[in-house]
Amino acid sequence: MKKILALVLALAMVLAMGVMMASCGSSTSDDEDVIKSPLPEIELVKDFDVKDDFKIGIITLHDEKSTYDLNFIESVKRAAKAAGLKDEQVIIKSNIDESSACEEAALDLVDKGCKLIFADSFGHESFLMEAAKKHPEVQFCHATGTHAHTSGLSNFHNAFASIYEGRYVAGVAAGMKLKEMIDAGTITADKAVVGYVGAFTYAEVISGYTSFYLGVKSIVPTATMKVQFTGSWYDETAEKNAAQALMSMGCVLISQHADSLGAPSACEDAGVPNVSYNGSTIEAGPNTFIISSKIDWAPYFLYIMKCVNTGAAIDTDWTGNMSTGSVCLSEINAKVAAAGTAEKLADVISALKAGTLHVFDTATFTVGGEHLSSYLADVDDFGDYTPETEVITNGYFDESATGKRSAPYFDLRIDGIELVNEKY
Amino acid sequence: MKKEKMNEPKEPLFHVLKRANVPAWQTWVIRLSAIVVSILICSLLAFLIIGASPLKFLGALFDGTFGTSLRIWKLLKGTAILAGISLALVPAFRMHFWNTGAEGQVLIGMLAAVACIMAFRDTIPNGLLVVIMLIASVLAGMLWGFIPAFFKANWNTNETLFTLMLNYVATYLVKYFLIKWTPNGSSTIGRLKYGMLPTILNDYLLVILVIIVMVAIMHVYLNYSKHGYEISVVGGSVNTARYIGINVKKVIIRTMCVSGAICGIVGFLIVSGLDHSITAESVGGQGFTAIMVAWMANFNPILLLFSSFLVAFLNQGSGEIQTVFNVSDAFPSIVIGIVLFFVIGCEFFINYRIVFRKKEDK
Repeated sequence: MKKILALVLALAMVLAMGVMMASCGSSTSDDEDVIKSPLPEIELVKDFDVKDDFKIGIITLHDEKSTYDLNFIESVKRAAKAAGLKDEQVIIKSNIDESSACEEAALDLVDKGCKLIFADSFGHESFLMEAAKKHPEVQFCHATGTHAHTSGLSNFHNAFASIYEGRYVAGVAAGMKLKEMIDAGTITADKAVVGYVGAFTYAEVISGYTSFYLGVKSIVPTATMKVQFTGSWYDETAEKNAAQALMSMGCVLISQHADSLGAPSACEDAGVPNVSYNGSTIEAGPNTFIISSKIDWAPYFLYIMKCVNTGAAIDTDWTGNMSTGSVCLSEINAKVAAAGTAEKLADVISALKAGTLHVFDTATFTVGGEHLSSYLADVDDFGDYTPETEVITNGYFDESATGKRSAPYFDLRIDGIELVNEKY
Repeated sequence: MKKEKMNEPKEPLFHVLKRANVPAWQTWVIRLSAIVVSILICSLLAFLIIGASPLKFLGALFDGTFGTSLRIWKLLKGTAILAGISLALVPAFRMHFWNTGAEGQVLIGMLAAVACIMAFRDTIPNGLLVVIMLIASVLAGMLWGFIPAFFKANWNTNETLFTLMLNYVATYLVKYFLIKWTPNGSSTIGRLKYGMLPTILNDYLLVILVIIVMVAIMHVYLNYSKHGYEISVVGGSVNTARYIGINVKKVIIRTMCVSGAICGIVGFLIVSGLDHSITAESVGGQGFTAIMVAWMANFNPILLLFSSFLVAFLNQGSGEIQTVFNVSDAFPSIVIGIVLFFVIGCEFFINYRIVFRKKEDK
């Protein structure tokens, strides 16, 4: 008798699991609620020959478990496929600390025959530069770094993308949602408060949330924002807690610059709309996810592969943008996004591409109640934290500009954004 | 006769007997074969999980550790740092004071060294700065050892939890100061160009030599000094120690200060000789690995050179496997886990032997 009961129970469990899995599958493959990306990943075109002895080495801080590193790993694999590289021509060293371990990893990659070495984390930079000094015949590239233009090393290069433009567009989508809520009477115009989960009070984060906010504000002029910092680039619990804290402070829409699913899942639990970063999180938030922006590194990888194989010089500072395919947007979740979002975003994207619209137009924001006409930023980053470079030109803050540096340097605290905890 | 036999309890299939006087060579044969068997099992596992042939697996394991001169130096450096931290634990463990705070003691030593750089970097010459850093690191490590020892000696607090908690205090202090030191909010100080140890031949040799000297000094200290004797007695029995007039409180505090100071020196070596930087993850769990290394070496300073070499070898070799076969970082942990399981498990077979039930003679 017991045996039969056990058998029946086991069967029931298997069936239930089957049903659950089937239902999971159907919710993600449901295409009618998804509008395709207004700014998708571009198709990579190879226009150079790869030498047989060419090898690229990649150094990542964590491994695929972190969305940040996953983005680099997937990008380099896509670029390698486009360039027709064999498996053994791409060597990935993951979980490399921001210490002499990075220099050792780079030197080891040189020993393995790599002609081109790339590291993905901000703290890798000074250690990668040590390896670059020892091997002038190898090219070293580094994402998010700030020192290439002052290092005097011809084989060391920085790269980033004008992701603030992507964030701005995502902000417009968020603004559309707020406007819909105001029009429907769900909230009043003065209650249009956006919450933002940030990592550190560093320029990359400040540039990100400010551009996002300006996107929101372009649709809802009364919108304000609260920013809560976690003091970590990856801390799922802290990000979830920060999102919940923001909601309890009256935020009706949440976005984030942090690498885990903490904030998106907190939004899904509470039913608060979410704008994501580093790629779509629609699976974690099918009923709250609106859109996500991300940097696609594949065009840069293909570019540096081409340079090394053709003997061309790599830009000291390379800033990808919408035209290079480096700034991407995910699909739009029609279930959550306001009507007409896709069309509006397409307009904004073409205005940004044409240069008729500038994200950090000084007419659109104030600092301490005043419009800025001049501002010095610490672009050279000699370690003295002293600003030296004029960054406002032609009426807008010229972020990640050619001739300056690729990594963001926008660190203004503009009006309308309240930093809940500036301790980080 | 037959009836008597029936009433006798049935002899178990096997029973365990204590071995007496096992010759040293035999124990080493057992240990080595445990390592060999475990590595073979790992290669079998690699074949099953990632489809790597055992030959390729072993090839990558050794290529990643001995393949180039850089890798050999890196292996020796990894061994030295791990041995240095384990060495710090040995006197405390011999005293049966379970110091689980090496992670924090090294980190606080590093923080003290970096703090000296931040305070004096442009104002004093490099040589003087290095000396000040060394003193600061030793004092900081010592303080992190003294605090739990003081509480243990006076109020018999639990030293395992106390030292464990101090690891978190050290980690958060590092995070706090990183925020203080970077007004641009990046919390990353990068590689500092001040307070650098001189180098012999390469960046690693001097650090390795310092650790070897420390191992030798510790060997003498524990085996040929009055302090070493006192530590052993306190570790054996606190009451005996009291009875023969040893000041137990003093021994506990003094020994933990030594333990913390050694961690501080290792922290100094990492900052001044290797990393020239600090993050909250700078020690990377080695403070906990060191506990295992010290146990495996039976709290013997000389033997721990071998056990740390084994762990450093596995760590680096399986890291290479991760890169070559493109598997997750969980795989190196599995390899290390299996090998250490065998190495620690074989101690059982060194101390005991299994006797199977013999077939009865009719």
